[in-house]
Formats: sequence, structure tokens, C-alpha cells
Amino acid sequence: MKFRITIERKPGLADPEGKATIRSLHDLGYTDVQHVSFGKAIVVDIDSTDETAALDEVDAMCQQLLANPVMESYRIERIG
Amino acid sequence: MTIAVVVFPGTNCEHDAVHALTLLGADAELVWHRETDLDDFSGIVLPGGFAHGDYLRTGAIARFSPVMAAVTEAADTGKPVLGICNGFQILCEAGLLPGALIANRDLAFVCKPIHVRVESTDTILTSAATVGDVLRIPLNSYEGNYIAPPQDLAAIEANGQITLRYCDENGDVSDLANPNGSTNNIAGISNARGNVAAVMPHPERAAELILGSDDGRRLLEGFVAATKTSPQTNSVAAS
Repeated sequence: MKFRITIERKPGLADPEGKATIRSLHDLGYTDVQHVSFGKAIVVDIDSTDETAALDEVDAMCQQLLANPVMESYRIERIG
Repeated sequence: MTIAVVVFPGTNCEHDAVHALTLLGADAELVWHRETDLDDFSGIVLPGGFAHGDYLRTGAIARFSPVMAAVTEAADTGKPVLGICNGFQILCEAGLLPGALIANRDLAFVCKPIHVRVESTDTILTSAATVGDVLRIPLNSYEGNYIAPPQDLAAIEANGQITLRYCDENGDVSDLANPNGSTNNIAGISNARGNVAAVMPHPERAAELILGSDDGRRLLEGFVAATKTSPQTNSVAAS
């Protein structure tokens, strides 16, 4: 069972990568871009047949290790 | 008593730390991150580098290295615990210090001598310094930009837990003197008790004049002094 965890920087926090990228997009003519934010995606493959239990497990992983609640939020989706 | 300088895979400032502590008359030895008992040590340094390749987030994986349970226990008993650069990031990830460190404002690895101003002296890092001292110390980091949730930030400001701020050579704290975008120019913080402290620039690389500055001594001297009065957790000692 595959899950994709999307980790995003919490709104309001400095996002230097987003800032640098939006500057470049504007230079390229995409002047309607209002905001660019960076995050990351992590795919975990779990040996399980119970989707609810697997989701709980992935959520626990996010809270313990994969995301830092000080600066990040996360969401989990099943992709396979 | 001996100071433990913890080595994770990817740590690269451990010898600088041992050298500087030795210069100050302390005994310091390297301790591998799989060690689980630090009771015999009077203080702990988490040195700079790229622990576990900085994968996931800086400090995120190191925070679960076997040694960290012993570091947390030592911190709880009041032993001096000092994080330098990557060590700062690890202590934040471990929840021993509030906040987090993110990529520098200009997305550049900053490697140059900077100035910091001493803001409080009630911690193991700054007890040998005086408020207002301006120290010239090398900064060497990409994720040196300190952030914290507003309530944590307000608390550490109010409690005097900010030990050092980036400033210019005259001691003026300003945006221009902020090398990495760190919130409120924060270069170093401590926990409320003052026994866990961390600093983003490297005092151990400024501990002798041949390196261009010995200002880092004023910080490390405080740490070494604190290890001499460190609470003992090793009850086996002969009495």
C-alpha cells in the first residue's frame, strides 16, 4: 500500500526558496503569480491490507519524524 | 570530569571542539552516537557538521540517534549541554530547545566571520561574558535562519533565553547585520534553566589568535566552568 505524504511549510513562515522562485517567475512574464511555496513529497510503501491502520501508522510517522510541527504541515494520500 | 563531544555520521567539527576545549584546560573526548550512557561525563557538546547527511531536515534523524536519550536525560538533570551549528539544529529537533532552523534568507551558504552581541549571561554558554560584549566568530551554515512560533518567541525573549544576536562590529543589531535572516537576529538561545544552550556560529573556531579571533573563548570558558560544577548522575563514585 503506497502513500504520498506532502509536507508544506506553515503559512507565514519565511520561505526563501519560494521568494527566489516567484521573483524568477515574474521576470519570465508570469506576473499574475501571487505566491509560491515549497514543500516536499515522501512516498512510503507499507506492507499492509488495512488502509485505516496503515493511515494511522503513516500519520504517527509524520508526527514523530517526517514533519516538524514548528515549521511544517502535512497531508497524506493513498496512491497505490 | 570529561566532556563528551558527540560524533554522528557526518559530524565534522568534533576535532575542532575537542581542540578548543583542551586549550581551555578541559578533558574532552569523542563519543560515538550509538553510545547510550553518558553518566560519566560532566557536559556534552553536539558539534557542527551534517549529521546523517542532513537528510529529511537538519537534525531530524540525529535526534533519534541512540545517544540522544542520554543527552535528554543529562539535560533534564541539569548537566551542561551545548549545541554548535548542526548541534543547535539537533537540539531544536529533539525539543530540548524551542524553534527550528531553516534555509538562510538569501539561500546562500554563509561562511565568514560575523559579530554577535551577548544578550544574557545566565546560561552555560555566556556565564563568562558580559551583556553587551561583541564577539567576532565564524558563521558556517546554510540552515542558520532561526524561527519559532510567536508564543515561543515571546517566551524566550521575555525569559532572557536569547543569549546572542547578530550585530555589526559596533554591537548594533540591525537587518543589515543579520547574515541569514534569523528572526530577531537570534544567533544563540538557551532553555529556561540555562543548562542547554546552542549557538549557530562556531566559538570553537575562534579560540586562538592564530585563527583570527579568540573571542570564542569567552563562550567556551563559561561552558567549561559549568561542567566543573555539573550535577553528577554517576552515583557509583566512591565516597
